[in-house]
Amino acid sequence: MNRHLLSTADLLREDALLVLDTAEQMARLSDRSVKKLPTLRGRTVVNLFFEDSTRTRTSFELAAKRLSADVINFSAKGSSVSKGESLKDTALTLEAMGADAVVCRHPASGAPQRLAGWVRGSVLNAGDGTHEHPTQALLDAFTIRRRLGRLEGLAVTIVGDVLHSRVARSNVWLLRTLGAKVTLVAPPTLLPNAVADWPVDVSYNLDAVLPGSDVVMMLRVQRERMSAAFFPTEREYSRRYGLDADRAATLPPHALVMHPGPMVRGMEIASDVADSPRSTIVEQVANGVSVRMACLYLLLGGADEPEEREVIR
Amino acid sequence: MTGTPATAWLLRAVAPLGGERADLLLAGGRIVETGPPGTLSATDTGARVLDADGLYALPGFVDLHTHLREPGREDAETVESGTRAAALGGYTTVFAMANTNPVADTAGVVEQVWRLGRDAGHCDVRPVGAVTEGLAGRKLAELGAMASSAAAVRVFSDDGHCVSDPLLMRRALEYVKAFDGVIAQHAEEPRLTEGAQMNEGACSARLGMAGWPAVAEEAVIARDALLAGHVGSRLHICHVSTAGSVELIRWAKSKGWRVTAEVTPHHLLLTDELAATYDPVYKVNPPLRTAEDVAALRAGLADGTIDAVATDHAPHAPQDKDTEWSAARPGMLGLQTALSIVIDAMVATGLLDWAGVVDRMALAPARIGGLPDVPVDARSSMDVGAAATLTLVDPEARWVVDPSGFASRSRNSPYRGMTMPGQVRATFLAGRPTVLDGKVV
Repeated sequence: MNRHLLSTADLLREDALLVLDTAEQMARLSDRSVKKLPTLRGRTVVNLFFEDSTRTRTSFELAAKRLSADVINFSAKGSSVSKGESLKDTALTLEAMGADAVVCRHPASGAPQRLAGWVRGSVLNAGDGTHEHPTQALLDAFTIRRRLGRLEGLAVTIVGDVLHSRVARSNVWLLRTLGAKVTLVAPPTLLPNAVADWPVDVSYNLDAVLPGSDVVMMLRVQRERMSAAFFPTEREYSRRYGLDADRAATLPPHALVMHPGPMVRGMEIASDVADSPRSTIVEQVANGVSVRMACLYLLLGGADEPEEREVIR
Repeated sequence: MTGTPATAWLLRAVAPLGGERADLLLAGGRIVETGPPGTLSATDTGARVLDADGLYALPGFVDLHTHLREPGREDAETVESGTRAAALGGYTTVFAMANTNPVADTAGVVEQVWRLGRDAGHCDVRPVGAVTEGLAGRKLAELGAMASSAAAVRVFSDDGHCVSDPLLMRRALEYVKAFDGVIAQHAEEPRLTEGAQMNEGACSARLGMAGWPAVAEEAVIARDALLAGHVGSRLHICHVSTAGSVELIRWAKSKGWRVTAEVTPHHLLLTDELAATYDPVYKVNPPLRTAEDVAALRAGLADGTIDAVATDHAPHAPQDKDTEWSAARPGMLGLQTALSIVIDAMVATGLLDWAGVVDRMALAPARIGGLPDVPVDARSSMDVGAAATLTLVDPEARWVVDPSGFASRSRNSPYRGMTMPGQVRATFLAGRPTVLDGKVV
């Protein structure tokens, strides 16, 4: 494994599979009445969140606690960060406190990679701007494999605001590494201009793609995109790219419907689809804890004692 | 140097323009005598002798695009520190951009910058005046007052911002005809670059950063070339960065319109792949582009479509660069590495000879900037009677870039650790050395 988890683009197939296999073991643990492992006792994990994300922060916090790590939640709001402290000074502060791992959510693409140059501990990217969200992609892959038994050869369709989606980027690289075939569906305004260079198929027509999809992954579409002329109205977006019950009925019987959350019900996904048996949305949340436990375990568990680790920079 | 300004200098066995070696006697601010190596005598004139064997003599370089940051951001650069860097890079004139605080949009501010340059004495400082008040793009600044001031401003630019209003741009182009001024446009369509972080392309798609598309530069260049043609004015395009821009400028020149252009050293060498480090030392505006763009820019500079190399030297304090990418300010140091990059990108590749380097780094920018007494060609810049405004270059030198040793107050060089060809050993400004033995006098 790499020292940090910043991106799925540089994740080797064997490392990705190791995360998924380890997550299976972690998932079995959560079926027990005592859900805690002593593995990371005495290690400190800092949740450094520059964006509000109760869902992801809680998932990482629970994962770290189940491995017996000490967890510090460092949120940008109400801290020195909101008083103008730089990311670098925050990093040096955490370093001085002896953080073994920093879980970083930041609105700027690449911020966790910068952080990794300033701290000795492992950095886990918990979502950076419109770049990547690697643990989300890993938990999505884990969820698909649990439900359908494999990833190799599956047709995965990702629908929505790909341009601004860190979830989409992480999924594209990881699913490709794990042998799935990815199709992106979005209005052309919400795809990167250079999407032709990506290892994916692209379609503007959701109806044409659904019958051949083993998995359809719906992305959240933020309403503020409308004001920037990415699409005319919420209604038009929903009609052309939303997953309603009629559309979901054209999926093969075994096909899954996924969503990384938070959902905008009635916009990109209809309520009856989100709550249907083929929906994995709640499972994804549960699996998130197992996958994040696996990531923390693999990044921290195998390492030497903190003081013996080399300084990167 | 403790001698009087009137001290004469004898450059022994120097190679003018890289040609045959000769002795050059400098006195009274001019080249007063030349002769075969070893033939001129220093004793007659009391001249100090500089053994220049192995060095090329070139006319002093002129930078059309320098940010000296004073007044306002003296923590990043001052006129004094920036012009020291300029002299060390072989420059004898720099055009100081107007985006200071306060903005150089009045006669008072441009005169202040001009005086600071004169007092520092490392090279001539020619202030650039803002086109619009406060660079806000709404109302013309007092262009005539700046032109008539002691600073004698001839180049006007809102650099850092585009004069995007087409009517205001037309008026500015027309207005400066009265004093043979030129509008230097930072070509960036603002709506197409809202929030932009890097070149829009394969890299920005992968890195999840908002793209700065080539069309945002090219659309403005096309519009302004048409405007300049329509009103018969001089237009200069700052820091051309795309292959499409080179084509458009070639087209505008073919029409006979008075359009000139500059390219930065970094756009001749670096590409947008470097953004994958997320290290803002590579963040610059316009952004680093693709290898295809770099090739087109080199070809455009070689064939004269692009007239000049200009550094866009943009010093930034550490707190403005030691950040996440999107929070960092755009820009990179350029003065002390420009010549080496031009040698690497243009001379070593056979695209440009030394006379070409002289044209693109000294003569063409001097003409665009409206400097007096510009030699008609490279050869005549070394004639008896020409200004003794020279840079002496060791073309064989190899050096490793260490920004901590730079004269600039800032350290944001993207070339840290790179080995560079060619080094400035001495610079003379009107017969007076500003750099000797690679050090500021």
